[in-house]
Amino acid sequence: MSLVLEIILVAIAVSLSCSVLGVFLVLRGSTMVSDAITHTVLLGIVVSFFIVQDLRSPWLIIGASLVGVFTVWAIEALKNTGLVDQDASIGIVFPLLFSIAIILLTRYAGDVHLDIDAVFMGQLGFTIFDRVIIGGVDIGPGAFWSALIIFLLNSGFIAYFYKELKVSTFDPNYARSIGISTTFIYYALMTLVSITSVGAFEAVGSILVVGFMVGPALTAYLLTDRLIHMIGVTLLVSVFNAAAGVSLAYSLNLSYAGVIAFFTGIVAVTAFIFSPKKGALRGWVNRRRQKN
Amino acid sequence: MDTLLSILTDHTFQIVALGTGILGLLSGVMGVFLTLRKQSLLGDALGHAALPGIVIAFLLIQEKNMLILLLGASLSGLLATALINWMTGRHSVIKQDSALALILSSFFGLGTALLSYSQQMPNAAQAGLETFIFGQASGMLRQDVYLIIVISLLVLVLVAVFWKEFKLITFDADFARTLPGPYSFLNRLLSLLIVVTIVLGLESVGVVLISALLVNPAIAARQWSHQMKTVIVLSGFFGLFSGIIGTLISSAGSQIPTGATIVVVATSITLFSILFAPRRGLIARRRQVKEKEKALQTRLERRE
Repeated sequence: MSLVLEIILVAIAVSLSCSVLGVFLVLRGSTMVSDAITHTVLLGIVVSFFIVQDLRSPWLIIGASLVGVFTVWAIEALKNTGLVDQDASIGIVFPLLFSIAIILLTRYAGDVHLDIDAVFMGQLGFTIFDRVIIGGVDIGPGAFWSALIIFLLNSGFIAYFYKELKVSTFDPNYARSIGISTTFIYYALMTLVSITSVGAFEAVGSILVVGFMVGPALTAYLLTDRLIHMIGVTLLVSVFNAAAGVSLAYSLNLSYAGVIAFFTGIVAVTAFIFSPKKGALRGWVNRRRQKN
Repeated sequence: MDTLLSILTDHTFQIVALGTGILGLLSGVMGVFLTLRKQSLLGDALGHAALPGIVIAFLLIQEKNMLILLLGASLSGLLATALINWMTGRHSVIKQDSALALILSSFFGLGTALLSYSQQMPNAAQAGLETFIFGQASGMLRQDVYLIIVISLLVLVLVAVFWKEFKLITFDADFARTLPGPYSFLNRLLSLLIVVTIVLGLESVGVVLISALLVNPAIAARQWSHQMKTVIVLSGFFGLFSGIIGTLISSAGSQIPTGATIVVVATSITLFSILFAPRRGLIARRRQVKEKEKALQTRLERRE
């Protein structure tokens, strides 16, 4: 398989794993909570790394998920005091946990190798050199398989709890009244966000993960009216963005993740302008008509 | 005591403490507007969105001229603000958080792409452009501090001059719009001052610290008073205090990063205020509830 095709496959797998969760983040208005999580999971990675001394250990994912859940809990707790609004509590919690991670890292990780820049920026191009070999047969880049597994995990969760997710997203009060634990659904979703962002760090870096989660889902949100359609369109858009972004970046010799993220923004803004029902152009035309 | 004295008289400490302290003061003041307008996360979003502006400015002039790079960052930040406002406007279905996340990541993505382009050039001066986003408080230089002082003074004077107008815009934007006068201009000016504050903080202390310094002092100060004037003075003081004490702690120990320590100090002040502030604080409120219950109880008993 050619080099660029493999990079495209990794990009598509990572993109799918992120965007499928994005559907519910966009609908619930909790995308910035996921931005906070992508910062704070670093603390989980650092602490578990100190304990197990191995960057490939599954404990890193577990540590990251625990910190992700703690982040969500802390944001909620701060908000529930009634003294701080949602945005401000996010703005208080994530810099604190992130800073603690940085302090631990600078103080105690002097001679162990944990590359911070790699966590921030990621290197999609390098992921294909790390291969999975089963029984002497090379079955492709490890990053592809891990992203695919995370995608299946996320899709499995959504398929299994589809009804609960739907009701608790659109009408949380009704959900509670029929005995659905909205708290459980919310925390489960955010645990998956933590796992997914750790999985995506290597390829796209912690800052761009949130774009991979939000962009395709927001595009789909502008183009559809039904949840199931929105999920379908989200997946299509994320495949398209990843494939087009990598091809573009490859021919121009630019950072893959950067170009995909930028391209994702362009696609979402285009949808915002031209969406037949919810677009800015449509709204403008309608208002003009009403005036005349 | 001797070690404390030797730190306090240390030249590097003085420079860094002065720089982070004044930045803390400035972002404390501007953070009050930001948090009251419920835009606490704008600092985080714009800090990231400044990257393409920095890289483009560098590509145009081919050298690391601080003022030009900061100008590029500000333009990029203003464009991002305009896009976010446009996408979450009155007729849009997009929520604030989605727009913030989208603009943050696509601007940063463009910045990363441009950065990879600049790295292919033979010019070696591009090295370390990304530290403009992540910052390095301990590497602050004398001329950085001068720039911080001059720009901070300018911003603070403007805030003082337009105090009444900014207050009105913050509390009741709709009412402000109905009044005669250049309110849309002033609204833009306030956004510009916020962007300038963020960009100024980026280079010296990094994106995470500047967003923390915009939110924490303002939220902490809000717990102690209902008067905007008191809140803003207190918030500026909290920011100043966090900058200086954070720098002091990080200079006292070995290998303690300055920026992260300042965040921890600023957050401690916030959590302390939320717990212990008189009247609004959690503990004070619990006591009020208990007193009310007691009063009710005694009244009931008296009736019986």
